[in-house]
Amino acid sequence: MSNLYSLNYYIPELIIICSILLVIVLDVIPSLSRYTFYIALSSIVLAGGVLWNNYGVTDSLFMGMISIDPFSHFFKFIFLLTTFSIILVSRYEKLLDRTYAAEYNAMLLIVLLGLFLMASSTNLIMIYLSIELVSIPSYILAGMLKTDKESNEASLKYVIFGSFASGLMLFGLSILYGITGTTDIMGMNTALTGLEYPLTIYLPIILLLVGFGYKISMVPFHFWTPDVYEGAPTPITAFLSVAPKAAGIAILIRIFYTMFTQDGSVSQTLPLAEINWPAIIAVGSAITMTLGNVLAVQQQDVKRMLAYSSISHVGFMLMAFAILGPEAVRAVMLYLFIYLFMNLSAFYMTIYASNNFNAHHVEDWKGIGKKNPVLAAFMTLSLLSLTGLPPTAGFVGKFYVFAELFKHQQFYWLAIVAILNSVISLYYYFSIVKSMYLVESEDVDEVVEAHPVIKWSIIIFSAQNILFFLYWEPLFGLIEKSISLWGG
Amino acid sequence: MDSLNSYLVIAAVLFALGIYGVITRKNAVAILMGIELILNSANINFIAFNRFGGMETLDGHVFSIFVIVLAAAEAAVALAIVINLFKNIGSVNVDDADLLKG
Repeated sequence: MSNLYSLNYYIPELIIICSILLVIVLDVIPSLSRYTFYIALSSIVLAGGVLWNNYGVTDSLFMGMISIDPFSHFFKFIFLLTTFSIILVSRYEKLLDRTYAAEYNAMLLIVLLGLFLMASSTNLIMIYLSIELVSIPSYILAGMLKTDKESNEASLKYVIFGSFASGLMLFGLSILYGITGTTDIMGMNTALTGLEYPLTIYLPIILLLVGFGYKISMVPFHFWTPDVYEGAPTPITAFLSVAPKAAGIAILIRIFYTMFTQDGSVSQTLPLAEINWPAIIAVGSAITMTLGNVLAVQQQDVKRMLAYSSISHVGFMLMAFAILGPEAVRAVMLYLFIYLFMNLSAFYMTIYASNNFNAHHVEDWKGIGKKNPVLAAFMTLSLLSLTGLPPTAGFVGKFYVFAELFKHQQFYWLAIVAILNSVISLYYYFSIVKSMYLVESEDVDEVVEAHPVIKWSIIIFSAQNILFFLYWEPLFGLIEKSISLWGG
Repeated sequence: MDSLNSYLVIAAVLFALGIYGVITRKNAVAILMGIELILNSANINFIAFNRFGGMETLDGHVFSIFVIVLAAAEAAVALAIVINLFKNIGSVNVDDADLLKG
């Protein structure tokens, strides 16, 4: 589709671009700078509305650079929801420096734009650009607390790991371009079919996996995750644990399904058929969830524990990815959507604990069960959901992933590993519950109220764990429609 | 084809040197230089493939221009972070940044 006509379907991104510029410019004018927060929020709502209007349209924009389809729309709603709530909650986080609030919001909006492009890019140039557009502002956001040594160290580790991984990925992309002679991933599918020397494809595939594996923090590319998550400001940690991860999964699904499959299964004419691709992913998934869970057990810092738990959740998502096919994609997307709510509510509770009690370690959470019974109950619900116990949405998500494994009668060993992992995760999630309810606190047990915004964010996000346990069918129908592009 | 091969060899050597630099150096600025080498080796690949690989379009050239721009942006942010680190802990040695572990 021609460039000018493409703009019709590019309005959500244009709204975000305009609001980024507005936020940056208005911050300089003292009398108007306090409105930047509202501009950021309202532009996200507006973009969401336009996106909802475009829902279901499938087209290729800007001469095949990006494609809009229900698949990318689904992920874009995840990004909008996450960014909206993060911008809202960040305003009431006490550790953040208010002086740079407008720049902080502008950075989050730039990341949002990058995430939008990541979910819909279909060209190597666009893929690389969008990944960098997400990464570079993320480095800045991780180091937002300028005088805080931990935040500083987090951003240093993030920038070194991040640019190293994206450099390796870029080298892989350059070889892929040399082999296929095109930067369009649909064209690559055709070019790879008649490949003269199939062996050459292995190097770029491995390097691509490094780049994406780093983005979704898959073992062995996870080393940055716990350090960055612990050092970065808590709202940023919450953001990084959901949105860029979802985008990484989206781009991984899109690239590997477009390039290496035909009619929903691994194409036998492609050189990739020679490697046992599902087995590699299955082993990666098993290692990712086991390592994440085992290391989480010994953590005392709640943020660090949640970082390791997010690594293990990526392992669960990869488990379904080991089975190529539309049903597996559906299971991953459902899991991701549910993971958004349970993870964000857990992180908002961490913000409440650090705001009101200056509590960062598990033992500092003692007595919260009495000091704020409502929020403690909802936190318990989120932790139940993260473990995957009924009656919570986490159970539905895990159920579908397991169902995929059993339906295809492959990788029974992987299912056993996953069940064992759920048991391990129960141990460390419930050390938080134990600390909240069973450990007596010395100080007086009077109710300590959270700021209403934080309180209601926790309650609303956590309540979805029950909602989607009861009404997961509409959500599942929506996801089913979203992946119709693969003939699911 | 000979000319393509020699360019690819240069790119591969630069790539290996870049990885060596990132892995062995302790100075944060030197690590960033290693990363720049990796990015430039990919650039050489793109341009060599485009020039000698019989491509009809200029995708490779365009890609390398974008990479150059992004490398500059990344270096700007990374150096700002390193300067901030130096202000806070008085060193640019990555081994001195060891508060977060476990």
